[in-house]
Amino acid sequence: MGLLSDPVRRRALARLVLRLNAPLCVLSYVAGIAWFLALVFPPLTQRTYMSENAMGSTMVEEQFAGGDRARAFARDFAAHRKKSGALPVAWLERTMRSVGLEVYTQSFSRKLPFPDETHERYMVSGTNVYGILRAPRAASTESLVLTVPCGSDSTNSQAVGLLLALAAHFRGQIYWAKDIVFLVTEHDLLGTEAWLEAYHDVNVTGMQSSPLQGRAGAIQAAVALELSSDVVTSLDVAVEGLNGQLPNLDLLNLFQTFCQKGGLLCTLQGKPEDWTSLDGPLQGLQTLLLMVLRQASGRPHGSHGLFLRYRVEALTLRGINSFRQYKYDLVAVGKALEGMFRKLNHLLERLHQSFFLYLLPGLSRFVSIGLYMPAVGFLLLVLGLKALELWMQLHEAGMGLEEPGGAPGPSVPLPPSQGVGLASLVAPLLISQAMGLALYVLPVLGQHVATQHFPVAEAEAVVLTLLAIYAAGLALPHNTHRPLSYRVVSTQAPDRGWMALKLVALIYLALQLGCIALTNFSLGFLLATTMVPTAALAKPHGPRTLYAALLVLTSPAATLLGSLFLWRELQEAPLSLAEGWQLFLAALAQGVLEHHTYGALLFPLLSLGLYPCWLLFWNVLFWK
Amino acid sequence: MAAPLVLVLVVAVTVRAALFRSSLAEFISERVEVVSPLSSWKRVVEGLSLLDLGVSPYSGAVFHETPLIIYLFHFLIDYAELVFMITDALTAIALYFAIQDFNKVVFKKQKLLLELDQYAPDVAELIRTPMEMRYIPLKVALFYLLNPYTILSCVAKSTCAINNTLIAFFILTTIKGSAFLSAIFLALATYQSLYPLTLFVPGLLYLLQTRHINPNSAAAVHTCENEEQSLLDLFLGVCHDVCGKPSGNHLPLLLPSQLLGFHPRSLWLYINVFFYTIPLAIKLKEHPIFFMFIQIAVIAIFKSYPTVGDVALYMAFFPVWNHLYRFLRNIFVLTCIIIVCSLLFPVLWHLWIYAGSANSNFFYAITLTFNVGQILLISDYFYAFLRREYYLTHGLYLTAKDGTEAMLVLK
Repeated sequence: MGLLSDPVRRRALARLVLRLNAPLCVLSYVAGIAWFLALVFPPLTQRTYMSENAMGSTMVEEQFAGGDRARAFARDFAAHRKKSGALPVAWLERTMRSVGLEVYTQSFSRKLPFPDETHERYMVSGTNVYGILRAPRAASTESLVLTVPCGSDSTNSQAVGLLLALAAHFRGQIYWAKDIVFLVTEHDLLGTEAWLEAYHDVNVTGMQSSPLQGRAGAIQAAVALELSSDVVTSLDVAVEGLNGQLPNLDLLNLFQTFCQKGGLLCTLQGKPEDWTSLDGPLQGLQTLLLMVLRQASGRPHGSHGLFLRYRVEALTLRGINSFRQYKYDLVAVGKALEGMFRKLNHLLERLHQSFFLYLLPGLSRFVSIGLYMPAVGFLLLVLGLKALELWMQLHEAGMGLEEPGGAPGPSVPLPPSQGVGLASLVAPLLISQAMGLALYVLPVLGQHVATQHFPVAEAEAVVLTLLAIYAAGLALPHNTHRPLSYRVVSTQAPDRGWMALKLVALIYLALQLGCIALTNFSLGFLLATTMVPTAALAKPHGPRTLYAALLVLTSPAATLLGSLFLWRELQEAPLSLAEGWQLFLAALAQGVLEHHTYGALLFPLLSLGLYPCWLLFWNVLFWK
Repeated sequence: MAAPLVLVLVVAVTVRAALFRSSLAEFISERVEVVSPLSSWKRVVEGLSLLDLGVSPYSGAVFHETPLIIYLFHFLIDYAELVFMITDALTAIALYFAIQDFNKVVFKKQKLLLELDQYAPDVAELIRTPMEMRYIPLKVALFYLLNPYTILSCVAKSTCAINNTLIAFFILTTIKGSAFLSAIFLALATYQSLYPLTLFVPGLLYLLQTRHINPNSAAAVHTCENEEQSLLDLFLGVCHDVCGKPSGNHLPLLLPSQLLGFHPRSLWLYINVFFYTIPLAIKLKEHPIFFMFIQIAVIAIFKSYPTVGDVALYMAFFPVWNHLYRFLRNIFVLTCIIIVCSLLFPVLWHLWIYAGSANSNFFYAITLTFNVGQILLISDYFYAFLRREYYLTHGLYLTAKDGTEAMLVLK
């Protein structure tokens, strides 16, 4: 504790922080970014390995051969679906019963807060069908789930076909020790959410649904399947779930093991990995960035994402049919699934051995939390250093001398200046927080008022109100603190006001980013990269227009827009400006909807936390 | 001066009432930082219903409140929210009047020492004026009532608030000079949890120094001691008669919980509370109230199953030591540590319990950081107090033998 109590060393440290503040900040920021970029190189990335004993050592022999049967089921299903225009519940029930499952249905309905234009739905009602294969070797205390989400379009028929064929095959085997639930949900994720809520007997999103008649045991793992063609060229795996939650890494390892065993090409973020070639790390970086962007969005990328909230390890497999030469039929996919389920069947306890917090630059490489956290740590250090500098400047101005043993100078009367410093902060803080609250509440609440007075649809009204309030926030606090500024100017140090405000804003931002980075590293890192430099720069002197432009460019909404462009750029499908804008509007609407339907936290985080905090910096910039 | 106090009370009660009515109340009452197995309202209700069923509440391992608490709430269960709001208000009022009196005593003592020329000549800026001391009692009440920790603790109906009230009344009666009443309140507080026993020393010191007890007769000290002991015996005896079982200060099980309490390896830390009493009594024998503040903080830090309600009690005293502000060295860093930790508690708890992606060590690490922050904060205050006392007698601008500015080193 010498550092904290020895005045000589403290003074040296204080001098260091004050004098070298700018270089240290730059250095720290660059170190953070460099650390992140270095994550794709070997000492930081490691090869994945199976940690779970129960799944590692035992070998299984896959015997699935029902490819023709799967295709026939798929054809029938597609025909019935076309005829009825919805999920053919009766046909599914009949077929599931005929392959020997215990079949139940569950109906649900949900009125969305406003019409969902991307999926064209508002008042949703549907039926989930699920069949349970009871384990012959154990009581029904544990279960596995294979789920196929069916949307309103006619995709995923082959997935249903494969699910039924696998059910028929599994029914004939005797080694099952866990119940297997075969679940077909309507209205893709909404159906999954309704089923999961009913299964666990909770209601977190205001979904109305009938109670489940049949249950299997506690769900240990789930696999969601999306297949829309009879042959596939590769299988893509999605791991990112709601609010950036990830499944245990062992589940991914399991998938990869069986892909390798069956010679299937598997991809992550649509990219096959190739670490042997020269631009391997570059490709790894691309995959890593895609993962960061997807995780940061906090959306469930596939219906597995909703299982994760219930502590069920889950991932989504997507069959991709592209122009590659080698194609695999449904038997190969079915064998991989059979292998995975048989190994999961061996589990003695929940998957817990491997990592829960990781980043993936490739399917066979990962970065664990201890190695990627320093990246965001360095970025947050910039805020800490800046805050420390401001505090020291404020402290010295107010206290006269930090050490009473120091130069005997006249000490200024401090109580008045301190009082003003605090009182002048209350108004900006309250106003920006109120703006955030308005941004969170008003768009959905005021949609009907907006549609009455303006020629827009509800969904448009929500998005436009959102943007309007967001922009209004820039003008509002700037005007209101003027009456207060007289008092600030009247004291001797006119800088104290904005310095105190900036100090509070810096600490507020650092706190929020720290908490976000702990739960969802990608989001925290992305926001830190954009917001930290301008937050550190903001001050009411110097080239104000430049600062203002920078601040607008790094505001949360601009970050979202930028992320969309980066996302499409990395996917090698660049956007034009107009397309980007359309996508941005759609993303806003989706963000609000996902908060209300699934409980995604990105929208409240941005509107109640980061936007008010960002407004504080805007306030600092225009401090008079 | 009463009007601002009433205003503060009204604001505090409004905030609490609003929170009681909101959906947050249930969430808050489940938080491990706010309630511990020792102070959880859920367990009080459980004990009451066991009592109603004719089962001894102590037959299981769930209920750890004292029999007097259970009989108190037996009559007041329907007004529980009101009771907790009133206890908070009473604590604040007791602290308000206690500090008002204490300030008078401090000022009188300072005047006496000035007249006796005990202070160094150049310490004019260290001398406290009635102007700056005027609002301190109000600030104390404000700090207690509007501290987020107190509000959380009250909304969660943690019985820690009752213990705080008892300690506050103990302080009030001690400062008012009533040895008998202070013994009663100390006995009541000790009866609820063992730790306030250590407050006996500063209380006795204060009473001796302000001549409320004749210091010449050793018998008086004995009387005081015996009085408290016999009162404690009385309370324990009452419980024994009523329930057929003593209760309170024993806790057989170690549940995974709370700020420092949950890690078995940290068991040895609990005894720490009692280690500091004697050294502190020697060092601070002239300043019993500051001693009391440090001791309350030490209890909040080192007790088993601590909650934020305990922290709130000693935080209420910060305005009393306003004049130490210029001697505090790390207040900024330490405040940041405490705020960061308070926010990280729920985040890491969520990751551990709900998301399942982090484990208990993450939470444990943050509880440890929180306590390290508190310890540094308290030692900062302690050091600042000693330094001020030193400067008062030796002069503010000291020079070493070679003419350079001198430096005080704590050894």
